[in-house]
Amino acid sequence: MKAFSYERPSTVEAAAASAATNPDAKFIAGGTNLLDLMKLEIERPTHLIDVNGLGLDKIEKTPDGGLRIGALVRNTDLAADETVRHDHGLLSRALLAGASGQLRNKATTAGNLLQRTRCPYFYDTAQPCNKRQPGSGCSALGGFSRQHAVVGISEACIATHPSDMAIAMRALDAVVETVKPDGSRHAVPIADFHLLPGDTPHVETALEQGEFITAVVLPAPVGGRHIYRKVRDRASYAFALVSVGAVIQPDGTGRVAVGGVAHKPWRMDAADAELSRGAKAAAGVLLADARPTEQNKFKVDLVERTLGAVIAEARG
Amino acid sequence: MAHTSGISLKVNGDVRNLDVDNRTTLLDALREHLHLTGTKKGCDHGQCGACTVIVDGRRINSCLSLAVMHEGDEVTTIEGLGQPGNLHPMQAAFVKHDGFQCGYCTPGQICSSVAVLEEIRANIPSHVTGDLTAQAVMSETEIRERMSGNICRCGAYSNIVEAIVEVAGAKA
Repeated sequence: MKAFSYERPSTVEAAAASAATNPDAKFIAGGTNLLDLMKLEIERPTHLIDVNGLGLDKIEKTPDGGLRIGALVRNTDLAADETVRHDHGLLSRALLAGASGQLRNKATTAGNLLQRTRCPYFYDTAQPCNKRQPGSGCSALGGFSRQHAVVGISEACIATHPSDMAIAMRALDAVVETVKPDGSRHAVPIADFHLLPGDTPHVETALEQGEFITAVVLPAPVGGRHIYRKVRDRASYAFALVSVGAVIQPDGTGRVAVGGVAHKPWRMDAADAELSRGAKAAAGVLLADARPTEQNKFKVDLVERTLGAVIAEARG
Repeated sequence: MAHTSGISLKVNGDVRNLDVDNRTTLLDALREHLHLTGTKKGCDHGQCGACTVIVDGRRINSCLSLAVMHEGDEVTTIEGLGQPGNLHPMQAAFVKHDGFQCGYCTPGQICSSVAVLEEIRANIPSHVTGDLTAQAVMSETEIRERMSGNICRCGAYSNIVEAIVEVAGAKA
């Protein structure tokens, strides 16, 4: 790990301003992903800004019946929140399907969104990776790609975003609230927050240098059955091969976001519109532009089957 | 700016003051600075759970946390749970049920399991919880799921679960 200086600012504005003056500075909250990457010197910040003391650890009702989730609310606390469990069950389910109890106790709402989109080649510093070293090439394209993305990919990168929480946030139309170093406040729809790889896979979110997430806002409860189905190689504590997060209404309409298939949570309005016609119709729209490898083409079928199981559970 | 920091934390009830390189993990602070070597370094990447300790009542991977970020925190390690001759009930149950072979993962398993029982009592749900709006249930299924962040390479899982179930039942 490279040496770094450390500070614990007392206000959001001070944290953002500090980050803006040093392009090699990083915010740290739970640190479960950042420290892991720092040990491998994949991340090499020269300065860490500890944001744990900024008081952003509360969950509050919004005037329109939604929830404002502080950036520093731990994954455990968000999953256990009474209102989330009752009104936004998809979010609790997705959180509880991710990581381990130890990690969920540290991991934060904003940090979960900001964990690196990654694949084993990103971690293997002996191999080329456009995300780790722009322009060096993608080892996954001709390598072991069973876990990798099938849609929204580019010739530069086929990594997946590993967050379960983000799939629920996408399905529930969350909005990410931020502060920029100039003090201005912004609201970014979750659909626009994570980026596709294109030819700049090292740029993963819409955030600017120094821009700081203060909260994630959920709209008013959407009703319906909330189901998160995660298919993985182990029964617990493993990344998804495919995951489906859905809210299904009594009339069969609803919304669906899919994980494990793309560089970001994957959802399409046109697929939501097909949901009442069944899994084949909706999955067909979601993956119409899929370009899988020989090793991960099974994911195309797996999305349809997993969605089918979710729809059947909702009806059951 | 400085690459070292002075910190003060309470470990197993005692206030400890340390000067650490900012890179020092909580795990290395416990083992290398305070010589509390009960807490083990396995993968050092948050995947195996051997380094699990309890901080302010919650279990965490001490390998994925910087010591400098624990100013003022209360840390409980395996040495703080019990000692030879004065075992914590969970330690005694692991011995009784033979919940280990080589023993390397055991301190992490025990710290984790003590916290797991508190999490269930605190009504924190898990991936296998049936009804999110009901009280979390103390069951073997719940314990297995919640312990998935602690790997035992010897494969002593069934005995580990028996030990935890016994303590859960005794206290329930």
